Amino acid sequence: MNRSTIDLWVGILVAAGLGALLFLALKVGNLASFSSAQTYEVKANFANIGGLKVRAPVKSAGVVVGRVADIRFDTETYEAVVTLSLGAAYRFPRDTVAKILTSGLLGEQYIGLEAGGDSKMLANGDRIKLTQSAVVLENLISQFLFSKAAEGKDNSK
Amino acid sequence: MPDSNIVEVENVWFGYDPGRAVLRDVSVTIPRGKVVAIMGQSGCGKTTLLRIIGGVHLPTRGRARVLGQLTSGLDQDGLYAMRRRMGMLFQFGALFTDMSVYDNVAFQMREHTDLAQDMIHDLVMLKLQAVGLRGAAQLMPSELSGGMARRVALARAIALDPQLMLYDEPFTGLDPISFGVIARLVRTLNDALGATSIVVSHDVQECLDIVDYLYFVADGQVVAKGTPQEIRASQEPFVDQFVHGKPDGPVPFNYPAPEYDVDLELTEV
Amino acid sequence: MAGKALRGYFERLGNQVTSGVWQLGFAARFFGYMLLHSGTALRRFSLTIREIYFSGVLSLVIILVSGLFVGMVLGLQGYHTLERYGSSEALGVLVALSLVRELGPVVAGLLFASRAGSAITAEIGLMKATEQISAMEMMAVDPIARVVAPRFWGGVISMPLLAALFSATGIFGGYLVGVKLIGVDEGAFWSQMQAAVDVREDILNGVLKSVVFGIAVSWIAVFEGYDAAPTAEGVSRATTRTVVTSSLAILALDFVLTALMFTGGSAT
Repeated sequence: MNRSTIDLWVGILVAAGLGALLFLALKVGNLASFSSAQTYEVKANFANIGGLKVRAPVKSAGVVVGRVADIRFDTETYEAVVTLSLGAAYRFPRDTVAKILTSGLLGEQYIGLEAGGDSKMLANGDRIKLTQSAVVLENLISQFLFSKAAEGKDNSK
Repeated sequence: MPDSNIVEVENVWFGYDPGRAVLRDVSVTIPRGKVVAIMGQSGCGKTTLLRIIGGVHLPTRGRARVLGQLTSGLDQDGLYAMRRRMGMLFQFGALFTDMSVYDNVAFQMREHTDLAQDMIHDLVMLKLQAVGLRGAAQLMPSELSGGMARRVALARAIALDPQLMLYDEPFTGLDPISFGVIARLVRTLNDALGATSIVVSHDVQECLDIVDYLYFVADGQVVAKGTPQEIRASQEPFVDQFVHGKPDGPVPFNYPAPEYDVDLELTEV
Repeated sequence: MAGKALRGYFERLGNQVTSGVWQLGFAARFFGYMLLHSGTALRRFSLTIREIYFSGVLSLVIILVSGLFVGMVLGLQGYHTLERYGSSEALGVLVALSLVRELGPVVAGLLFASRAGSAITAEIGLMKATEQISAMEMMAVDPIARVVAPRFWGGVISMPLLAALFSATGIFGGYLVGVKLIGVDEGAFWSQMQAAVDVREDILNGVLKSVVFGIAVSWIAVFEGYDAAPTAEGVSRATTRTVVTSSLAILALDFVLTALMFTGGSAT
């Protein structure tokens, strides 16, 4: 086993290893999206964010237009303040609605934006005024039971 | 004339475990240019003494002065600098098995000098020629016989022309021919290099033929010393038993044991 | 009589614990010394390249074949489980995340420990037993710098490469079984995978894990070899200890790293 053969094989190993890493980064992961693109930030308040996590997608019409950058708790309004990082190419009107939705039955939660009709667009640092919180299962069940109980009461009258 | 002694071991005590001393109050002087043998039975401490001279261990008590410096006063760099002036032949050669004979001999030259490749090539050939193995330069250690391996190790040890050569049981396990070759090499290389050699061995007859002085170590102490003529003529019981290979004497034949008939259960204790 | 036996047992246990702690301290000092003296390994890089060859390249076959089979099994098992919930299109996500986050670094680490780690330990231990290490020291060459450090760095460099190759081959294996054999939609396989696997969260963390495992396995392998008793039995015991200790270390570190990396975020 002479020097040059060893060098050759080590070179092949390193090249293959780096190639595998590149393959993982590009074809398997989502390196291409939003790593170096220009973004701007807007904030939105929610009464309940449910299972929303940082780095969850922000979609409009089903297309990913941004990511959740930060989630904080406002101690004065007792609401969740979510910072959205949106791609610079996507401009939304000031009366856009932000809803927390679930993708699929067991899916992760994401923010869906429904564009409004305002002529003025959201700028960096603006706040989305219209929001809809996540659907919390317990509230749904208690609502359902309450309405069922009310129905029963009405019927028995 | 302290400068004429390459090695001075003065009243050295040493033990691997704190309780058990392997060397007790040992003093040895190795004059420049001489071949000196340190002889004794297996486990008497002679290899330990060699290690202390090589700076591998520091004496618990006493001092060892090698090549003009106290081994206890050296840091790692100082120790390595001292060792660059020494060469050591290990018992079974200790060649680097992943390198060829050539690379083994060239090892020290490549590590410690900036010599050009063709210069190194010439030097390696020179050293191998001295031990008679110039033709084996491209073999791997696994392809060598015991005697050849030891000769290559010898060539490797003298690669940088050391002032002090240490031999740890160089004759062990060799056939008579290889035996004679190594013995002759120890003497001729010492004289050719103008070096000083210390041979640790228990092969009395060969040593008596090639060395200038001998020390006998038993139980961690120097029990006898002298020139080969003095040793041959010595009446001292241990020397006599050792030199003539007598089974019983100061070194008993029987390992300490209870009375024989007690062991055979013929008598009650 | 029983009291004496019990006392003897506890004495031995305490002895093992104290000697274990002492070993750990010695191993830590050894690690520090080796790092300080890694200059030779990095300046004379050909030494390290040689070690990358012996631990990395020679492990390629087992890594690639195992990766392929693990990926194929993931594809098979994953499909049958997901099919029950009507989510068979998420197969790509399942295979990719399992491999990149966990199986790639861990299984590649375990295989590396058994193949390359044990070889390194045996090599260094044998050099010690045949006095090659002592010979090197007597020739004023620091054996830790010349023999140990290149093997350590060779292992550290090889590990992440092998883990990445394991994951990549595994995903390919999952693709072969899922898409080509079973018939999951090819587009859904890749697109859902790309949507779910994040470069920073998943892939980078997986690479980080494999680097940590590489350091752990290489450290254990060189230490056990250097510390082995210079006999045939000593070397064999050291080799076994390398494989066992490395495997346990990988699994324990995996738990710690996973807890830090993948669940720490959800505390917010």
